[in-house]
Amino acid sequence: MALLELRDLSVRFRTNDGEVHAVNQVNLDVDAGETVGIVGESGSGKSQLSFAIMGLLARNGTASGMVTFDGQQILNTPPKVINKIRAEKIAMIFQDPMTSLNPYMRVADQMAEVLTLHKGMSKKAAVAESARMLDAVRIPDARARVNLYPHEFSGGMRQRVMIAMALLCRPKLLIADEPTTALDVTVQAQIMALLAELQTEFGMAMILITHDLGVVAGSCERVAVMYGGRIRETGPVGPLFTDPAHPYTQGLLAAIPRIDHGDEELAAIPGSPPNMSRPPEGCAFEPRCSYRREECAHLAPPLEDFAKGRARACFAPLNDVRGGRATVHLSEVEPPAGDIDDDDITPAPIADAIIGGAGVAGTSSKVDQP
Amino acid sequence: MTRPLLDVRDLRVTFQIQSSGAMPWHKPKQLRAVGGVDFTLNPGETLGIVGESGCGKSTLARALIGLVPATGKAEWIDGKDLISLSPRQMMKYRSDIQMVFQDPLASLNPRMTVGQIIAEPLTTHHPNLKRAEVKERVKAMMEKVGLLPNQINRYPHEFSGGQCQRIGIARALIVEPKLIICDEPVSALDVSIQAQVINLLIRLQKELGLSLVFIAHDLSVVKHISDRVMVLYLGKVMEIASSDDLYAHPQHPYTQALLSAVPVPDPDYDPVASVVPLKGDLPSPLNPPSGCVFRTRCPRAEARCATEAPALSLGDHQVACHFPGPLTETEIARARRTEAA
Repeated sequence: MALLELRDLSVRFRTNDGEVHAVNQVNLDVDAGETVGIVGESGSGKSQLSFAIMGLLARNGTASGMVTFDGQQILNTPPKVINKIRAEKIAMIFQDPMTSLNPYMRVADQMAEVLTLHKGMSKKAAVAESARMLDAVRIPDARARVNLYPHEFSGGMRQRVMIAMALLCRPKLLIADEPTTALDVTVQAQIMALLAELQTEFGMAMILITHDLGVVAGSCERVAVMYGGRIRETGPVGPLFTDPAHPYTQGLLAAIPRIDHGDEELAAIPGSPPNMSRPPEGCAFEPRCSYRREECAHLAPPLEDFAKGRARACFAPLNDVRGGRATVHLSEVEPPAGDIDDDDITPAPIADAIIGGAGVAGTSSKVDQP
Repeated sequence: MTRPLLDVRDLRVTFQIQSSGAMPWHKPKQLRAVGGVDFTLNPGETLGIVGESGCGKSTLARALIGLVPATGKAEWIDGKDLISLSPRQMMKYRSDIQMVFQDPLASLNPRMTVGQIIAEPLTTHHPNLKRAEVKERVKAMMEKVGLLPNQINRYPHEFSGGQCQRIGIARALIVEPKLIICDEPVSALDVSIQAQVINLLIRLQKELGLSLVFIAHDLSVVKHISDRVMVLYLGKVMEIASSDDLYAHPQHPYTQALLSAVPVPDPDYDPVASVVPLKGDLPSPLNPPSGCVFRTRCPRAEARCATEAPALSLGDHQVACHFPGPLTETEIARARRTEAA
């Protein structure tokens, strides 16, 4: 049995702009000790997926489906239950280490809090354990540094503090949400090497959420590619990179400039990602896909296995995608985001746009009614 | 030899930082953001500038167009020194040098239509143009950057990030500049959109014969777009060479460490085995190391590096290092041991 099982996990947000379908029917297994990468662009739902697992969704969000961790259903469980699991069994590190650490608290106090709360340790023992953990994440002079405030650390060091804090209770699963996006490449390399080392040392599983395919290739065993809230392709990292079976994966790999390749022109994916408050009826990638066919506009393709351990959600025959036999040629010119029809010279409705645009999640807006 | 479009000599930018709780009579600290940069830029060439955050790459770009006060010399193709010009004299050159910024949405005024945004540089620099002519040119430019001309009356919020960056590029191009400075133009964009904007920049450059200064922290993007690349560290040039040469044969230890850290989207590539580790953190620019600024983290530093700042060598592949050359296996292994200790 897998350590973490996601079954038909969906996440919806109620906003003034309508219901946003952030995550749609995601199925994913994570085995103990395994590293799974979740790749996607902004708005693909990869972060909301992890927030749903951890019970950290914003107040206007609801999750449905099943999340089983270690045989226990943990989705939408009351705080008392999930609080025992969070930090003790599943820990999470976030993208921006500065905003995830409390600037008013010394690192020692923030870290010790985890241990006093979950393990019932005394403050003194907890601080000593925290210093040991900072040492384990290679922070030099950890004993003295534990008494500093977060702003006294550099970006890379702050991320190390975050990792140390997440590991305090020796979790079985670590969810790393874009752990190196805010960092420079040299620091990123250090942090990724550290994570890999700690993972073997502590024997934990890891879900690595990122938009950087290079990071995934270097550290994951399996990958799930997300687009428009759905998993489009999953598989072991090797075959997925050498032989992508979904048009989107293929497009992504062709669109990144590579340091180990020449300067041939990049094959950009035309168009832009879908607006998930008005999810397309069929496949969300259809408007940008050069392998699209008729059924794509009306039906969302299911995720189906096609080889051992590999699955993809696409109607185009596998051999067409592999052989690059496109059905349409798409231009790079795209209509603007939003769903307004092309009006020639009439200015956009300003009042509506500006005031209605203030419909930040949670605020009420009268302009919304038609 | 053709005259370079821009010839920068010993460009320095120093900020005065008042430490917290300082009194008015206390002397402010000197933060050396750019510490003596030399480079030339030829017409039609793309110069990539790479470096980690805080290395002074954005400040350098801003100094070139006079957004921050600088000292030194930046000679334009007609022999005028851009640094010493008064704002009024500089105005003439502003239409020759345009800039594209990082955050596509934040650099567009949300209360102006796309047409107004793109037309603004044109009406500023050519106030005598007729309105119909301005509109005509704006529409032509929109078409050129891949926007539909009938979107001229839309507002920035109606566009996606990639399209906003196209608007920013159109705004920079409308006055027919000779040089465009792109400060991290694609780092806020998603991978699939990033490729669109990079392709657009390359195409426009070829069509219009522009020079580009392309600043980015993503080394793969810079390799892709640049003819020559300059590596900055703590406000100093470490290495300048043609893109192919620099990426294939980096000479400076810092360049080698930087390149080795770039993640490669290939599962067979082992990042742990190939990365050259750097010890410690970036030193504070308020108190830069003596001699070579990189010596505190260099796997090859010796006593001489602490006393004598290396000058940039001459030739096509310029390096600022006393001991240039590829790092040996033993040096990398030693660096790894010291980092682990």
